[in-house]
Amino acid sequence: MTDIPSQTESALAAIAAADSLDALEAERLETLGKKGWVSLALKTLGGMTPEERSAAAPAIQSARARVAEALDMKKAALEAAALAEQLARETIDLTLPAPAAPRGSVHPVSQVMDELAEIFAELGFAVATGPEIEDDWHNFTALNMDETHPARAMHDTFYFGHNQRNAAGGQMLLRTHTSPVQIRAMIDQGAPIRIIAPGRVYRSDSDATHTPMFHQVEGLVIDKGIHLGHLKWTLETFFKAFFEREDIVLRLRPSYFPFTEPSVEVDVGYSNEGGRRVVGGHGDAPGHAWMEIGGSGMVNARVLEFAGLDPKEWQGFAFGLGIDRIAMLKYGMNDLRAFFDGDPRWLAHYGFSPFDQPTLSAGVGARA
Amino acid sequence: MKFSLTWLKDYLETTATVSEICDALNAIGLEVEGVEDPAERLAGFRIAHVLTAARHPDADKLQVLTVDTGDGNPLQVVCGAPNARAGMKGVLGLPGAVVPANGMVLKKSAIRGVESNGMMCSTRELELGDDHDGIIELPDDAPVGTAFADYHGADPVIEVAVTPNRPDCMGVYGIARDLAAKGLGTLKPIAMPAFTPAGACPVEIRTDDPQGCPAFYGRVITGVTNGPSPDWLQARLKSAGQRPISLLVDLTNYLMLGFGRPAHVYDMAKLQGAVVARRAKDGEQVLALNEKTYTLDAEMVVIADDAGVHDIAGIMGGEHSGVSETTTDVLLEIAYFDPARIGATGRKLGLSSDARTRFERGVDPAFLDEGLDLLTGLIVEFAGGQPSEVVRAGSPPAQAKVVAFDPGLTLRLGGVDVPEGEQQRILESLGFVVGADWHVTCPLRRHDIEGPADLVEEVVRIHGLDKVSSVALPRVEGVARPTATPQQKLERGLRRAAAASGLNEAVTWSFLPEWAAQHFASDQALWVLSNPISEDLKAMRPSLLPGLLMAAKRNADRGAASSRLFEIGRRYFRSPDGLSDEKPTLGLVLAGEKTPRGWQSGKAQGFDAYDAKALALQLLETAGAPTQNLMVMGEAGAQFHPGQSATLRLGPKVVLARFGMVHPATLKAFDADGPIAAVELFLDAIPAKKGAAFARPGFTPPALQAVTRDFAWAIPKGIPSADLVNAVRHADKESIVSVRVFDEFRGQGIPDGLKSLAVEVRLQPRDRSFTDEELNLISERIMLSVADRITGGMLRG
Repeated sequence: MTDIPSQTESALAAIAAADSLDALEAERLETLGKKGWVSLALKTLGGMTPEERSAAAPAIQSARARVAEALDMKKAALEAAALAEQLARETIDLTLPAPAAPRGSVHPVSQVMDELAEIFAELGFAVATGPEIEDDWHNFTALNMDETHPARAMHDTFYFGHNQRNAAGGQMLLRTHTSPVQIRAMIDQGAPIRIIAPGRVYRSDSDATHTPMFHQVEGLVIDKGIHLGHLKWTLETFFKAFFEREDIVLRLRPSYFPFTEPSVEVDVGYSNEGGRRVVGGHGDAPGHAWMEIGGSGMVNARVLEFAGLDPKEWQGFAFGLGIDRIAMLKYGMNDLRAFFDGDPRWLAHYGFSPFDQPTLSAGVGARA
Repeated sequence: MKFSLTWLKDYLETTATVSEICDALNAIGLEVEGVEDPAERLAGFRIAHVLTAARHPDADKLQVLTVDTGDGNPLQVVCGAPNARAGMKGVLGLPGAVVPANGMVLKKSAIRGVESNGMMCSTRELELGDDHDGIIELPDDAPVGTAFADYHGADPVIEVAVTPNRPDCMGVYGIARDLAAKGLGTLKPIAMPAFTPAGACPVEIRTDDPQGCPAFYGRVITGVTNGPSPDWLQARLKSAGQRPISLLVDLTNYLMLGFGRPAHVYDMAKLQGAVVARRAKDGEQVLALNEKTYTLDAEMVVIADDAGVHDIAGIMGGEHSGVSETTTDVLLEIAYFDPARIGATGRKLGLSSDARTRFERGVDPAFLDEGLDLLTGLIVEFAGGQPSEVVRAGSPPAQAKVVAFDPGLTLRLGGVDVPEGEQQRILESLGFVVGADWHVTCPLRRHDIEGPADLVEEVVRIHGLDKVSSVALPRVEGVARPTATPQQKLERGLRRAAAASGLNEAVTWSFLPEWAAQHFASDQALWVLSNPISEDLKAMRPSLLPGLLMAAKRNADRGAASSRLFEIGRRYFRSPDGLSDEKPTLGLVLAGEKTPRGWQSGKAQGFDAYDAKALALQLLETAGAPTQNLMVMGEAGAQFHPGQSATLRLGPKVVLARFGMVHPATLKAFDADGPIAAVELFLDAIPAKKGAAFARPGFTPPALQAVTRDFAWAIPKGIPSADLVNAVRHADKESIVSVRVFDEFRGQGIPDGLKSLAVEVRLQPRDRSFTDEELNLISERIMLSVADRITGGMLRG
């Protein structure tokens, strides 16, 4: 029988020296394995007398406990080292670029149309639409511009050929304004009615600030007892909400549109800041001026009649605003032509995140 | 409409400043487009006294002057004018001044080696006349050193935009009347000239077209002397933007600009027989004063004599009978023409003129005699001669409109409370007659007044629109109701889904070059503009793809690596009734690199038809289309690669979308580099969701786990994988919940003409687990079903 303490010491030394899990396992078998000397020593206890056993047992038990503990500790240490080595091997260069997901965008015109819809919905206006290829009755005649009306000539109208008339013989054309939607909405829905009608309109005009296609929004309120004061409030309220500022000042000027009477041109006060027009303040204040922003008025009684409403019973107002124009004022674009070019650089610069859905609670505008 | 302050003050007694006048004009609806103050243009020009004049040492035609500008330091100035001499007084432009005629900034300089400290100016250089023979010579008492603008009398010029409903304001007098009503001063009565007519008018005057020309008044003046107009008249006309021509012509223009009343003067020597207003004969020609020949038709009114047409009535006079320097006897014409006919004639001839602008909007029918007398008086005063009596053919409309007005309407429609007395004052100051019980008689010149609303406008614009207070629109109680239609919600959702998928929303022209529209038209007739602004914007688009392809090409030309563009808009078709059939559509193109070359992905990759398919399905899903039930079929259109494109259909006929690779021939036609993938979603074909409630059906996940089984078949290459999937699904519609192709392989180990498809089938047990026997049975049914439905297929595992 060998000397247990010295065997234990040499086993502990071997465990400490094990440099792999395999070497450690070999040492475990050598000691605690079925045929390991510790296990065999333990077995000898069975054949001893109680006196012998109580003399021999403590040394054997202690040897077993010390070896087992050393094995566990060494195993944990070796595993930790292996993991550390594996992790070190798996290290990657995270300064390398990750795959980029393309960023899409919503066009400013669409964004502003959504803003309009949101603000006007709060005021009880629904969004109406109509055809862009119109007949001259809806675009002119029903709006109190008969064939000989001088104002017709001022509309720079795009016409389709004579062989492209409608069944009723109407001259087909590209609508020059969103106003024909007034007529269609009144005929379809009657009164009372509150609508806005945003959409594409066309004039044969092209220069630095005009494009042959642009966007307008029409507003129409027909009810009982509606007057110019309601029109003024509606436009003021809209512009305050749209530009998210309280210092909007509007100036109404008498004007002329065949489809409204009285007719009113709407100016908004602005100042020049850093070469940009900033809406707000009184146009007559120092450093400020007025900018024409839309046409409006009380719907002409003849127009109501054309649309099948009794002007003795119903009255109301209509207005028209340039969507591209107010988009430029709010978001700082300066070139209208670029709106229609489809340049992804421009679209990414001036476009909006799909998650900038205009809401009243968050403010309808999206800040840069 | 432009006029000078002096001219306005001829008719309006006022102490108002220019800026007060402009504010008032804006407030009453005569929008001020600009104010030109000549004092600003003449800044830096002073009255100077020439002290000495000596020959320039190196130039025969130049002189070296010393001039006194009043500060005791005479300046040396080089001058080329022959009339420059010692002792004279003239106008000196100092360094820094801008010469009005040519915009040149004066500076101290050396002319042929001699220092010059300014420029002595001619009339033309200061835009005060045409004289350029020498420098301006001022009288001896002109105060040396005074700013020339102050001495000359600076007369600001105001330009207003007159709306087409107000021809009565297309003369200075009408503007004065409006300003007086606004309280800016007192309107002076028109000063009628004194002259003594003698003898009947020797020329016979007739109107043979009482409808087109209800009234034609005339008078002859004999023994006139034509020539250049006096300076004051030239200055007036220039202030109004008119070029002076000759005294007789200028005086008619002066009447027109002052009172909005066009007239015409004929040289009697050029006339033969009676002068008649009549319809033109078809094909009749006239050489007009603009030196162009116009061919007329029977819808047009002319003034003619025995020899032919002398005047396109109300629009432009003829060259032949116009007055000249040698004219001695003249016939004056003042007529009233039917406004609609003047407008139609002008449009047909494409001929604009100041006269047409006024006649087609409507001149004052009550101003023929006064107008004729005013013109006669002016001619007699400045050109001499003896006028005849007036001769009148026909008569202008004289029936004044009477409007039954309720002054309460001003508050109800205009939203402002104006006392009745003030309303009456306003209307009367504009020439309306307010009768008892508020029957308002309108002046004949106000063609624009149709009813009570027009009178409200008159009252409110003069009273002041700024006095209208804002009044909140009545609103429904509680939170505003949703207003968007299903179509609007669909478009909003699609727009943001497409943008969230990495696409940029574009807005492209609705019109295309005709070839591009034709290329994308199938058999439908296009809408083609008859007056396009250019050939590139001519035919209404039958598809959103051509506009997007052109944008993608522009982007590629600018060096963009890729274009991911979408647009939501309309396609335009003609419906059988001749009306417009506008179809809401979403189009998208994917051009250039899908992924750039990368350290992970290797070479740059382009887009393929599956990218298009993925987007099409994803967007249709957003749109609420039943994407599970869609059929992938062919016939995407000739603009697509025939082997790499498809349509997505709900049933065989309802096409919801087309997608795929753009045909190489289309790329070539659009001069675009491919490959380009494209999708078009036909939004009007997507069925609306009906009766959907907020509450979803209950959530009942299956209690038992699904089992998956893999199969592989080799089937003929031409058979779409969807056929195999359908065949598998058909085997047991109850248990099979999904069938997914996870591998497609052609080549080694697969017989020629076949492809291998590996399929994962998911089986869902219901109330108890499948037994091995049941699973085997299902597998057998699947194999049978495929064998049955796919000809030439074989099971591989």
